[in-house]
Amino acid sequence: MPSKCSAKCGRNAVLKRPKTGDSLCKECFFEAFENEVHFTVTKAKLFKPNTTVAIGASGGKDSTVLAYVLKLLNEKYDYKLKLFLLSIDEGITGYRDDSLDTVKQNRDDYDIPLKILSYKDLYGWTMDEIVAEIGRKNNCTFCGVFRRQALDRGANLLKVDYLATGHNADDIAETVLMNILRGDVARLSRCTSIITDSGDGIPRVKPLKYCYEKEIVMYAYFRKLVYFSTECVFAPNAYRGHARILLKDLEKIDPAVIMNIIHSGETMKVSEHSKMPTLTKCTRCGYVSSQEICKACVLLEGLNKGLPRLGIGKSSKVKRILEENEKLKGASCNGEDNKCLCSGNDLKPSKFNDLKI
Amino acid sequence: MKITVEFSGGAELLFNNKKSHDVDLPDKDTNWTIANLLLWIKDNLLQERPELFLQDNSVRPGILVLVNDTDWELLGCLDYKIEPRDKIIFISTLHGG
Repeated sequence: MPSKCSAKCGRNAVLKRPKTGDSLCKECFFEAFENEVHFTVTKAKLFKPNTTVAIGASGGKDSTVLAYVLKLLNEKYDYKLKLFLLSIDEGITGYRDDSLDTVKQNRDDYDIPLKILSYKDLYGWTMDEIVAEIGRKNNCTFCGVFRRQALDRGANLLKVDYLATGHNADDIAETVLMNILRGDVARLSRCTSIITDSGDGIPRVKPLKYCYEKEIVMYAYFRKLVYFSTECVFAPNAYRGHARILLKDLEKIDPAVIMNIIHSGETMKVSEHSKMPTLTKCTRCGYVSSQEICKACVLLEGLNKGLPRLGIGKSSKVKRILEENEKLKGASCNGEDNKCLCSGNDLKPSKFNDLKI
Repeated sequence: MKITVEFSGGAELLFNNKKSHDVDLPDKDTNWTIANLLLWIKDNLLQERPELFLQDNSVRPGILVLVNDTDWELLGCLDYKIEPRDKIIFISTLHGG
């Protein structure tokens, strides 16, 4: 016998919520899920009215649910937001080709304008080309660093007021675990923030921060939302996968661990005695960085100089190699290749000038 | 006993990329439960990397199970007694978003 909805509406329950343990019917679940996102948005004052929001859209479950719910709440509660979908094409054959079709479907289904920017446009390299250079062990480092900046650069080019991403509670708990496992105190102290700034004044916000992955997938399923779900072909070696497996095993014992890890991350305070890197701006591209030259520019320099492992290891080693390269400057580079960073030129290709929406 | 088994959210990749399978479970003396069904799926439908679908005699954590559009956690999980014409769906949440 199916159990009845905990909200006492008389209907049969369709799912057990991991967050509360409640059994809810479809309608009460939709209402609870949407209300909680609305509560998150209003309590953290995520958006000011009459502003534009770019939704980082991958075609996956999280960004699809984010786009759907933000559009719904924007209309229901009159947030007065102008929404856009912003997609990044990493240039991974067979992965983004199909997922970008899904984003286009989102664009049509939800009637939200879409902009697609590619790694090739932004950095001069596709992920396929990068994997050919670096192999499959550290490729996720490149992809992750480039993607983070790609969304920032995209938001900047589109001149939006906010960049919203689909990070869910499981993602945040995973990131907390990863930063603990790596001893990365600086990231640990900021990874749970619901609003972060990348130095360009465009806040990055996470409206699904407290939504469990299970609920996001159930929401998409019951709402019949179309999303794309093929694993990135390069992902099996990603470090995040280990944290994810650990988290999923813990969740099986008690689903509350996800909220508990986020709560721990939020309330943890870094000792005043610990040495923290000061955030500054990259001297090459201007993006926020803890080093003189940001990780993306270091990785790019490595790729363009045929030293693809540059930037994978310690930053002190990178500094030494960069200094050596600096001495050779002019001797080996003719400056004509727009991929070359040794001239320190702005990376933005001029064709983005007409990207305004 | 005829039932429908579906795989989605990326889980279909382990099943020849086929999402919906109409299956006819052989008759047996005791009831078919999801626990039995998982073993049957492993022997009859699963094409590759069983460790990505099964773990400790259950589905791998992160794979959601619905029986006739109801969360199996409301129906006794592995002990649910399968009925004819049931539709059992396995949705992976383990893929990127």
